[in-house]
Amino acid sequence: MSVLNSNIPKGPLAEKWQNHKNSIRLVNPANKRNLDVIVVGTGLAGASAAASLGEMGYNVKAFCFQDSPRRAHSIAAQGGINAAKNYRNDGDSVYRLFYDTIKGGDYRSREANVHRLAEVSVNIIDQCVAQGVPFAREYGGLLDNRSFGGVQVSRTFYAKGQTGQQLLLGAYSALSRQVAAGQVKLYSRHEMMNLVMVDGKARGIIARNLVTGEIERHSAHAVLLCTGGYGNVFYLSTNAMGSNVTATWKAHKKGAFFGNPCFTQIHPTCIPVSGDYQSKLTLMSESLRNDGRIWVPKAKDDKRKPVDIPEEERDYYLERRYPAFGNLVPRDVASRAAKERCDAGYGVGQSKMAVYLDYASAIERYGKAEANKQRLPNADKATILKLGKQVVAAKYGNLFEMYEKITGDNPYETPMRIYPAVHYTMGGLWVDYNLMSNLDGLFVLGEANFSDHGANRLGASALMQGLADGYFVVPYTLGNYLADDIRTGPISTEAPEFEQAEKEVTDTMDRLMSIKGDKTVDYFHKALGKIMWDKCGMARNEQGLKEAISEIKALREAFWKEVRVPGDKNEFNPELEKACRVADFLELGELMCYDALNRNESCGGHFREEYQTEEGEALRDDENYTYVAAWEYKESGEPVLHKETLEFENVKPTTRSYK
Amino acid sequence: MSQNTMNLKLKIWRQKGASTPGKMVDYTLNGVNPEMSFLEMMDVLNQQLIEAGEEPVAFDHDCREGICGMCSMFINGRAHGPMTGTTTCQLHMRHFKDGDTITIEPWRSAAFPVIKDLSVDRSSFDRIIQAGGYVSVNTGAAPDANAIPIPKEDADSAFDAATCIGCGACVATCKNASAMLFVSAKVSQLALLPQGAPERQERALRMVEQMDKEGFGNCTNTGACEVECPKGISIENIARMNREFLRASLVKKKKKAGMAAS
Repeated sequence: MSVLNSNIPKGPLAEKWQNHKNSIRLVNPANKRNLDVIVVGTGLAGASAAASLGEMGYNVKAFCFQDSPRRAHSIAAQGGINAAKNYRNDGDSVYRLFYDTIKGGDYRSREANVHRLAEVSVNIIDQCVAQGVPFAREYGGLLDNRSFGGVQVSRTFYAKGQTGQQLLLGAYSALSRQVAAGQVKLYSRHEMMNLVMVDGKARGIIARNLVTGEIERHSAHAVLLCTGGYGNVFYLSTNAMGSNVTATWKAHKKGAFFGNPCFTQIHPTCIPVSGDYQSKLTLMSESLRNDGRIWVPKAKDDKRKPVDIPEEERDYYLERRYPAFGNLVPRDVASRAAKERCDAGYGVGQSKMAVYLDYASAIERYGKAEANKQRLPNADKATILKLGKQVVAAKYGNLFEMYEKITGDNPYETPMRIYPAVHYTMGGLWVDYNLMSNLDGLFVLGEANFSDHGANRLGASALMQGLADGYFVVPYTLGNYLADDIRTGPISTEAPEFEQAEKEVTDTMDRLMSIKGDKTVDYFHKALGKIMWDKCGMARNEQGLKEAISEIKALREAFWKEVRVPGDKNEFNPELEKACRVADFLELGELMCYDALNRNESCGGHFREEYQTEEGEALRDDENYTYVAAWEYKESGEPVLHKETLEFENVKPTTRSYK
Repeated sequence: MSQNTMNLKLKIWRQKGASTPGKMVDYTLNGVNPEMSFLEMMDVLNQQLIEAGEEPVAFDHDCREGICGMCSMFINGRAHGPMTGTTTCQLHMRHFKDGDTITIEPWRSAAFPVIKDLSVDRSSFDRIIQAGGYVSVNTGAAPDANAIPIPKEDADSAFDAATCIGCGACVATCKNASAMLFVSAKVSQLALLPQGAPERQERALRMVEQMDKEGFGNCTNTGACEVECPKGISIENIARMNREFLRASLVKKKKKAGMAAS
């Protein structure tokens, strides 16, 4: 039944990538000059791909909707980037990074892709350092590492809490160099509105100049989508306001399969919603769970201030449920446990949808240790707390500051309030080993593809994948594909396929502008977000998903009758941009529900309430669901499921336990 | 926790496009929750304008967590508003009072033309980086990351300069509309690292040349940029860039003179 060929090279796991590189076809430099490549998105995946392909001699056109490629949302990643350098001499290796990633993904990713990711991770760090990325260093002048996300080695390279920013600015500088060299032409404030397929191959895009509103045709021999994730389908997420699914969704509607759309990562430590005006959520780094203790009051509706609630009346529920891992259980487990307490009525704060992350005992512990260090055996409580606060400030000062800026509360004096939020989407367009979708010439990189993280992504692995795809995978695999195109010559934008794709775009915009209803775009986006969060969020069940599907259908119908888009289509019009994006989210949301409904198991970030152990833990069904669900779009009727069976030849799937 | 809501008077710069003249327009916004961010307050205003059949206010924003550098409002005469070390998206309404009048304008600089209302075109910053804000290393050509040890102090100083978010607050706040803080942050970052050394002279010359070409003004050491920079980029970087530029200019002159003599 399957029409999917993952094109995984033969041979032993550790040799697949090298063998593949040795055997794939190349394009000689003279021919590269005659080949055009479109790269959509300038985050880590897009900027690194555009820069590398420009260096190689291809003619690259790079598009981003922001006013500069440097603003892509990779910039906001905080923690770090993994690499199997083993600089700590702690037993790390390519195999261990591979193994941790497969296990972390709850055995729903492809072994060969993940192994390649681990292999090239070491090259990424070399490349970034050579570009002048100022990673954290030790006094000896060598690179520093830290531990992250539940693994047993220190393999995370970082630049304070701004690793994503520094890596993106590195890729942006490489991209800028190619722009100056004339190898890359940059189109900022441009949004991809449609994909153009000619004779079964991706041959271009329709883009909208967001400043003038002009619709433009761009042709190429291949199209790379590096457009990030679709977390904003939930309205509230840690994504940037502009992050959207339009590029990949338009490709999906042209035939590209969507892989595992329901796999969403909900991050446990975010600043909670404060009111219905809320526009986005802010992440507080996972590193805070190293020293903070998470709790709720034992009594429902306890109105006392947190500091007035005595120790014995607090429920440290993670420590209670998971004594072995305590506050450091993986993201999916921590998120579900917080939801369980709040749903049961024990939540705190005005909205009752938050739990406490408390540093009081860490401050005291560090204070005592510091007093000993400073030879102050009789230090009084005030001195101990003062010293403790200094230690905590040195470790987490910038995060505490950010919390205070947003909430107005001082986390040194009162516990922080946190709640889980949508953070990352593991699902994305289906790609083969070469990162090509099932459409010839359409490549998908970074968060936009489904490939490496299975059902749950480990911390510090998103940056690694984005740069691996752009710097070290696609420069090889794209050549293999383009080797057939050296005699094709320039692709004309006069072809009827361009005409048709452009018409689809202008028709959609004309329709949106002509509705002139009485509800704003945000009204519909918020309503969609609520359905998704309530019924396709941290916990899902059959009934809820079925309800969600019909509610989304009704909402979509209402959108196309009642939305109001002000202004004109031939001008700078942020509301029109939003309307086009939300129209696509309204279709994607439904597909996510179909996918979640189909997957009758719980794995990673996908928790189906019907499939759990007696203790409330996720229950995987390896016999029936060890596959990638790749969905085909249908103009009318339900989407069609194609399966890519996952073969585990090197790692044996086991049950994850954190008790 | 629950605080009273506020009623505000807003004076906002409205401008249809780059070639049409703009003007300040007054709005009244009631029921503002002090827990809102400044941009969420703008969202609420825009929702009301749309529902009333009017054009919403265009403004740039994206990450809303203080790192992408896209937001860019001049609030009550200050870039990113009254709080130091804070971008507009991280500014919250609890820092304003009921009955306040708030003036909101775009960045104003000849090198940042207005696109619409509060949105401006900052592509001049991209062109300055394209002029030399990089290390010329191709993908795949890098030696092992630990091959060159770098003193922690240098790495930390380079990092501090590299945290610039390219928002343009330094330009907006400078009476000369100078981009020296932005340019010097990149020149400094790469001058402090051994990886940047081979191209340091050429880089300083070319980036400064591009900066002048874009129409940014000169630096007269008022230090306003440092005060308003949401990331606390130090004007020490400007001093370092001046040294880099001077040295590069002298070397270039000597080279020319040497060539003429020979």
